[in-house]
Amino acid sequence: MRDNVTEESNMQSEHTGNVEHPQEQAGGMTKAEISRRWLLMKIGIAFNGIVGLALAVPIVGYIVSPMKKDAKYKSWVSLGGIEKYPVGTTRLATYVNPWQSPTDGQTDDIACWVRRTGQQQFTVFAINCAHLGCPVRWFPQSKLFMCPCHGGVYYADGSVAAGPPERGLFKYKHQIVNGELKIFAGQMPTLSNTAKLVTTIGPCKGDSPCAG
Amino acid sequence: MRGLKEAKKVYDWLEMRVGFEKPVKEAALHPVPKNTASWWYVFGSAAFTLLMLQVFTGILLALVYVPSAGQAWQSLNFLNHNLTMGWFIRAVHGWGSNFMVAIVLIHMAQVFLFGAYKYPRELTWMVGVLLLLLTLGMAFTGQVMRFDQDAYWGLGIGAMITSRLPFIGGQLVHLLLGGPIIGGATLSHFFALHVFVIPAALLGLAGLHVWMVLRLGINEWPMPGRAVKRETYVEEYHKLTHEDGVPFVPVALWKDIVFSSGIILAVLVCAAIFGPQGPTGVPNPTYIHTDPKPDFFFLWIYTSLAFLPPWMETPLLIIGPPIVILGLLGFPLLASEGEKSWYRRPVAVLVVMILAVAWGALTDLGTYTPWSPHMDAWSADIIAPKQVKALSPLERQGAIVFQDKQCRNCHQVDGHGGMRGPALDDVATTMTYDQLIRQVLQGGGNMPAYGKNLSPAEVDALVDYLETLHKAGQKPAVDEANQWTDQAAKAAPAPPVPLVGTAGNAMTEQQLQAQTQMSVPMQAPQKAQVATAAKAKAQHPAAMKMAPGA
Repeated sequence: MRDNVTEESNMQSEHTGNVEHPQEQAGGMTKAEISRRWLLMKIGIAFNGIVGLALAVPIVGYIVSPMKKDAKYKSWVSLGGIEKYPVGTTRLATYVNPWQSPTDGQTDDIACWVRRTGQQQFTVFAINCAHLGCPVRWFPQSKLFMCPCHGGVYYADGSVAAGPPERGLFKYKHQIVNGELKIFAGQMPTLSNTAKLVTTIGPCKGDSPCAG
Repeated sequence: MRGLKEAKKVYDWLEMRVGFEKPVKEAALHPVPKNTASWWYVFGSAAFTLLMLQVFTGILLALVYVPSAGQAWQSLNFLNHNLTMGWFIRAVHGWGSNFMVAIVLIHMAQVFLFGAYKYPRELTWMVGVLLLLLTLGMAFTGQVMRFDQDAYWGLGIGAMITSRLPFIGGQLVHLLLGGPIIGGATLSHFFALHVFVIPAALLGLAGLHVWMVLRLGINEWPMPGRAVKRETYVEEYHKLTHEDGVPFVPVALWKDIVFSSGIILAVLVCAAIFGPQGPTGVPNPTYIHTDPKPDFFFLWIYTSLAFLPPWMETPLLIIGPPIVILGLLGFPLLASEGEKSWYRRPVAVLVVMILAVAWGALTDLGTYTPWSPHMDAWSADIIAPKQVKALSPLERQGAIVFQDKQCRNCHQVDGHGGMRGPALDDVATTMTYDQLIRQVLQGGGNMPAYGKNLSPAEVDALVDYLETLHKAGQKPAVDEANQWTDQAAKAAPAPPVPLVGTAGNAMTEQQLQAQTQMSVPMQAPQKAQVATAAKAKAQHPAAMKMAPGA
């Protein structure tokens, strides 16, 4: 045991450059004492490591806390009675985002496009262009959605008509409860959470699968 | 005299404790190669001066600015309109940012062309690349601080780009936005980045950058033929500075000082003349009548995203930036020796020129976004009365359809309207009647198909109107076969059907008449066929059926 300690302290003195200070050795310090110093240093480092970990775990937890599963952010939101949306029209609807914080201000007011094609037939499109998220506008005269940013154009059913989007407009899940139109919303629709990229960009006319 | 003595005493007291004199003197008087005391070597110090200006004005703005999504916009307007010189401080910070990005880029180009990244200054360059990225990071997060509609939708674009990353994209968006959607947490996240994280990194790395410049010495003026060799460079440089050198202060520094103050003056002048930027509209996402655009230095990315083929976008957005950044960081290691002079590095000069021209062209396009539909052209840009004066009622009806169906949003006529599609001033000479009908109904070539959105009567009117769009004296393009059948239907006796015409060119009336006279009289059933074909062209029921989804 004693031998082991000596050997270890020898190694340490080599590693840490103690040999450069012969006066310390000459001052009567035994190898055992040096070893004790380094043991304390090691204990110090280990202690720091533990405290650091105790600090890091809550910090990391705090920073990554917004990274939740999509469903956790979403809930059913009412867009009002279905009578607000006459059959055969596409209208802008707004709702207050169900996920809020006290400093959101007006950013909680979210818009979407509601298209009603029959008594019970609705499609609710996100306002965000499927290319880079700018707000698309509906033109009832030409029955097209147009995006002001990069010229993405969509047909009335949300499928791509022209421009750079790789898929049709994002659609919200919706249901009609007691004459009210409800959508499943709460999160900004992006390519990663709503319907992924559509790989086949073929002819996107009508309600083809590539409309997303 | 007595005062001077007292001051010296205070100085000595301080100097004894801090001991700055020796290192500062060394740094100031260190010899630099004679010809580096040049106006080409002033950009680095100007960038650093601008950084100081930004820190200072940023602190001043933080005295008033509220990083809350509900109040940021109001606090900026308060700064602009209610506080003494608030607008000016905002303007100086904004213009300081523009100047800083510009000067950093110029500095980088100069350093690259002067081969200053070569041994032993590779790491100085790498730190510089990080400084460039941080500067751009400051510019982007600063744009978010101006929490208006542009900032809101710009964040949306950032989120959409991030979301394209495979597997982690969605979660990264949450992390970036501080939640599922742009809101209060998003602005405070970006505020922390803009005010604490990035500036700390920027100041630390800028300090390291300057430290290394002092330690390794300023890059000597490149001479053709004087190649860098690892073994001999340090010795050569030492000789150069000590045998033919001048002290940094004052020989080189005076130019730095003059240029830096000139740049600050330019910032002040711009700020005073042009004022602060924005904030534009209220950051309310339900106000969708907005035309979001990034700040000047990101316009080239905005343009690239409009022109890239869709399939290329995601791979480029994901793979492109890491490759560019790693390339910039790594290339001094691959080219650490050899010629520094631009006379011997034509590829380097070419690269800088191509990048500059490409950047300029993309930025220029970004200023007027020809790819975006003009959302209000259909209602704002009217067709001049003189243009429709001589038109038939049907053609005028077509002009109304053209206007009402937003054709104008993408097509210019008479210099007004969108530029997404081609200008239609002489479309009648480039497309025949049938081609126009097909294009309107089926779209294609990046045009939506209007088959479902227009009635046959509207298509008739629209195409009749389009047929009038040609220069005076030019005739509308005519499909050769149609020309023959049209004439045949009118003329009796008619030419035999089918006819063989000269390829490409429509026949003149004289040629046609000549041919008609030579031909044998047509039989009655044949005549009827020709007439039906002509009628079909006008009503285009077949074309309607061809339209997708009609």
